This record gives sequence, structure tokens and C-alpha cells, in this order.
Amino acid sequence: MKTLLAIDRVTKNFGRIAAVDDVSLAIRENEFFALLGPSGCGKTTLLRMLAGFETPSGGNILLDGKDISAVPPNRRPVNLMFQSYALFPHMSVRANIAYGLEMERLPTEKIRTRVDEIMATTQLSALADRKPEQLSGGQKQRVALARALVKRPRLLLLDEPLGALDKKLRGAMQMELKRLQHEVGITFVVVTHDQEEALVMADRMAVLKDGKLLQCDTPHEIYERPADRFVADFIGVMNFCEGRAAPDGVTARDGTMLRGRVPEGMAVDDRAVAAVRPERVTLFPAANIANRVAGTVEALAYHGLDLQLHIRTALTEKPFLVRITADAADRRPVRVGETVEIGWAAEDTRIFRN
Amino acid sequence: MTPRSPLLMAPALAWLTGLMVVPCALVLALAFFRRGIYGGVEYTFTLENFAQVFDPLYAGIFLNSARIAGTATLIAVVIGYAAAYAIAAAPRHRQPIYLFFAVLPFWSNYLIRTYAWIVLLNREGLITQLLRSIGYTGEPPSLLYTEGAVIAGLVYNYLPFVILACYAPLSRLNPELAEASRDLGGSAFTTFRRIVLPLTLPGIAAGAVFVFVLSIGNFVTPALLGGGRFQMIGNLVYDQFLTANDWPFGAALSMVLIAIMMLLLTLQAFASERASGRATAREEAA
Repeated sequence: MKTLLAIDRVTKNFGRIAAVDDVSLAIRENEFFALLGPSGCGKTTLLRMLAGFETPSGGNILLDGKDISAVPPNRRPVNLMFQSYALFPHMSVRANIAYGLEMERLPTEKIRTRVDEIMATTQLSALADRKPEQLSGGQKQRVALARALVKRPRLLLLDEPLGALDKKLRGAMQMELKRLQHEVGITFVVVTHDQEEALVMADRMAVLKDGKLLQCDTPHEIYERPADRFVADFIGVMNFCEGRAAPDGVTARDGTMLRGRVPEGMAVDDRAVAAVRPERVTLFPAANIANRVAGTVEALAYHGLDLQLHIRTALTEKPFLVRITADAADRRPVRVGETVEIGWAAEDTRIFRN
Repeated sequence: MTPRSPLLMAPALAWLTGLMVVPCALVLALAFFRRGIYGGVEYTFTLENFAQVFDPLYAGIFLNSARIAGTATLIAVVIGYAAAYAIAAAPRHRQPIYLFFAVLPFWSNYLIRTYAWIVLLNREGLITQLLRSIGYTGEPPSLLYTEGAVIAGLVYNYLPFVILACYAPLSRLNPELAEASRDLGGSAFTTFRRIVLPLTLPGIAAGAVFVFVLSIGNFVTPALLGGGRFQMIGNLVYDQFLTANDWPFGAALSMVLIAIMMLLLTLQAFASERASGRATAREEAA
């Protein structure tokens, strides 16, 4: 697929602090791309550079191969949906949406048609004459989206688009955003600190920390093959067992050998951490399972579809997290206090530097 | 509020009633009596005083006062809004310092500040000396006792009100609104005209009404800096009471002036009520 936006070794310094530090990314045409990271990781600064509100201290931003680093925000074919929505409080929904087209000096008739169209797509037609203060959070979010989309930008930037919505609405809006993105055929770049949101919505995502890019890949790859311990911990839930590297795994502190593929460049006896996702761990493992540990069930949490177990083992200080399906729990019920054996396959172990 | 709180209000209420409402009522009553032949008051009812207010001579002074106050208001709003804009754009922790400097003149007496302007503007004053020091040899410019001096004095004295009134909405304005306008293709000027200005208009209106009301009734500044040559309505009232000894006419003039002020203040209060009503509705919705 064609690259739409190339971020080439971009750095942004505020005083002595590098908010964005030598980041390179290529965002493809029609992609739903997520910038993910904890607060202060530089994702918002990066987004503001794409919108034109900040100028890079170093590096270039190329849109369709043209350097736009120095182009002011009002001359970029890029629009931003603000986290606060930033709806103009003195204008109606219709006037808010029409504003960007008026700036393009389009004929009145054309503006009306395009505003009507986008209001229909975003289900706002009935609210056209309302003022922002008369709208609910979800409605405001749709107006902000419509106001940006109506400009038909090459690139739409969304800063924590669902951050202000309650949990239930957020789930619905995640699907809605994906549907809209597909329908309008515009490249979306979403900034979020919510890893679940990024996993659900994005075609590809980049994980940032302290201004640096840690990993850029599909949600599946990042979830299954995180680049380092931070990414593994930040995305989803992970059990970590610290120890020393061995030729074919990690020797845990209690001497247990945890088998898995040791990453290149790691020498025997280096400080290492073996990691495994709770859903990859089974209770009462079959005979061919490489890694197995005994433990005591400490707590049990029922989640409907699955069951989460806290199992006290000698491997880690924190209880080991295990997720089993409700189905498996039905076949072989477990009780708190019971001694069980848990296990996982060598290929499900991820080994990182510690 | 506790049930006892009206009691706490009583001293202030008594003070205002005794020293403001009663004298105003007396002046109002005075306006409907006839002037005595030797200057006293003759207690017969008449509307003549009010008719006299609209006599072209006096109506002209009203209009002249309104023009001078209007000019001062316009200048104060332009300068004050710009200053408030700059203060609101400064780093948060420095804004209180700048505001402190803006209101610093209030710490000294109004009369003293106005006298200082005489020192500055008179024929051998600081400005003339400054001009001489850079090689000017002609006639000293006549700056004092001009309409310009009166306007300058009014602007100077009331500018802090405008700065404070405009600063409030400017500092509360979400900076992302201006960014959103820029993002949607608006130039810096369009962003100001269509987003920033309309949203801070209540502050401008409050500041403007304040300056206008205080200016149109002012008599110290025109007396000192206008040298009595440029009569404003305040000077006329002063003259009627203290020189012409025509208390009923002075009272009628005062009442018309108070009526104009009340009307403007009421309109402004209504406008800001509507604006703040909108703001509360917004907070409740959020």
C-alpha cells in the first residue's frame, strides 16, 4: 500500500526535554493508525506536529512526498479532532460543521449540500440547529468528527477521541469510528492511552514511551510479539518471571527452568525476564507441555466468558494470572485453596532483557 | 445562607439608604420645583427644569459629553483589549503580576493622578522639555486645556477597568477553540473576528459601559485638564449647584444623567446575565 504520511526522524525539544525523540513512521493510505503510549510519551506532541501546531526541532514530515513541516495548520489538508472537541459555543451544530467549508470559500449551495451529507452520515440531521451546550457527550463527539470530516482531509487526526465518553458508549463508538473510516475512505491517525481501544480500532499501531518509538506493527503482532518488556506490560496483561538467561530459556529465581526462545544477542546468565499471557496458561497441562509449575489457587474472579485465577507459585512474588474459559472451568471446577499444576508451551514464552 | 444573614446585611443597607437613596430622592424631588428669584427654591410643582434640559444649548452639552465619553471609551477599549489579550496569552504564573501592574494606578488618588497630567502636558511641562532636549525650538505645543487632554485623562483613568473586564473572558477562553479555527482553515485574522471576538464580547461590553458611564458624568478631569473651556455635563451640574445657584435645574440635569447611566448599566447587566446564563447551561450539560 502507498505511503501517505512519512514521519522522518522527527524530534521535538521543549527546553532540554525531548518530547519526541527521533521518531520515524510511515502511515499508509486509508489506514486506521493508532499512536499509543502512557501520558507524557510524546504522542500528543507528535499529533500536534502533524496538525501544524508545533514545528519539529529536527526531521521532516512528508505528506504525499511533500515536506509540510513548515506549512501553517490552516494550509494543510489535515484536520484534527480535539480531545475537548473544541466546538464553537456560539454557533449551531450546522454552523460549526459549515465553518471549515466557509474558510475554503465554497459557494453557499455547495456548503449546504456537503454539510447535509455529513450530518446524515453522522446522524446529526435532527440536531442541526442545536447549540453545543444542548448536546450530550456522544453528540458533541459526532459534531467534532463531522466538522473535521466535511473538509475531506487527506489525513484525519483524532486526539483521544473517546476519552470523554463513558465506558459503554465508548465501545459502541469504537465500532462506529471504524465504520465511518471505512465509509469515507480517509486515513485516520488516533492518539490514545487506552491499549484496548488501540487494539480494537487500529489496522496498525505505534507504541511510544518517553518520546521514543518502541514498536510499530499490527495489533496482533504487537500483542503476540511485543518488542520489549515495557510493550509487553503496557499492552494487555502479562505474567513476568525474572531470572537469568539460559541456552533455551530462563532460569527463574527458584531454579525452575522456563523454556522459550531466547532473543538474539542475549548471552547466557544475562538478566532476563520470561513472560506469558494469562490466556496461554492452562490448568492441569498435558504431558507434552514444556513449562509446568505447581501453585495454590488464591482467588477466583468470574467474568462471564472466562474465569480469572490468581495462583500463588514459587516463581513470582505476585500471584500468577491465569485465564481459563468458562467452558474449561465447567469441565474441571477449581476451588480457592486447591493445589493445582499450571503450564504453558515453550512457544508461548516471550523472553526480554530485564 | 443562614436565616440570620439578613441581619448582617443591615448595616450596609442602612448606610446605602441613609447616604445614597435619601439624598437621591431629595435631588429628584428638587428637580420638580421652581427656582426662587434670589436663588432659593420655590416649592411649586413644575416640569420646566426638564424642558430646559432639552433646550438646544444644554442638549448640546449632553451630546458633547456623550461624544467625548464615547471617544474615550473607544480608545480605552482598543488599548485595554489589546493589553488584556497580551496578559491572557502570557504564561499563567506571570499573569497576576501583569494584572497587578495594570491596576497599580488605583493605589494613588484620582486627583493626584490627574494633577500629574498637568505637570506632563503644560506649556513648560515634561513633554515640551522632552521635545526641546531633542532639538525642538518652536512654540511649545498647546496640549493642556484641549479636548484631547480631557480624553487622554479619561482613557488613562479608566483603562484598568477595561483591562480587567476583558481579561476575564479572554483568560477563560479555551485556547483549543482558536486552534480548531486555524485547523479548519481560518487565518489568524478570521479566527480572531469569528471566534475570539464574539466569545469575549461580554467583557468588552462590560468594560465599555463602565468607561462610558464614568466618563460622561465625570467633572474633575474636564475641569482640570479641559480648563473649564470644554464643558461636560458633570461641570454643568456642578455650576448649577455651586455657581448659578439654580438647584432645581441642576437636579433635573443630574436626574437625566443618572437615568442615562442606569439605562446603560441595566442593558449591560441584562446582556451579561444572558451570556452567563449560557455559560451555566453549558456547565450543567457537561
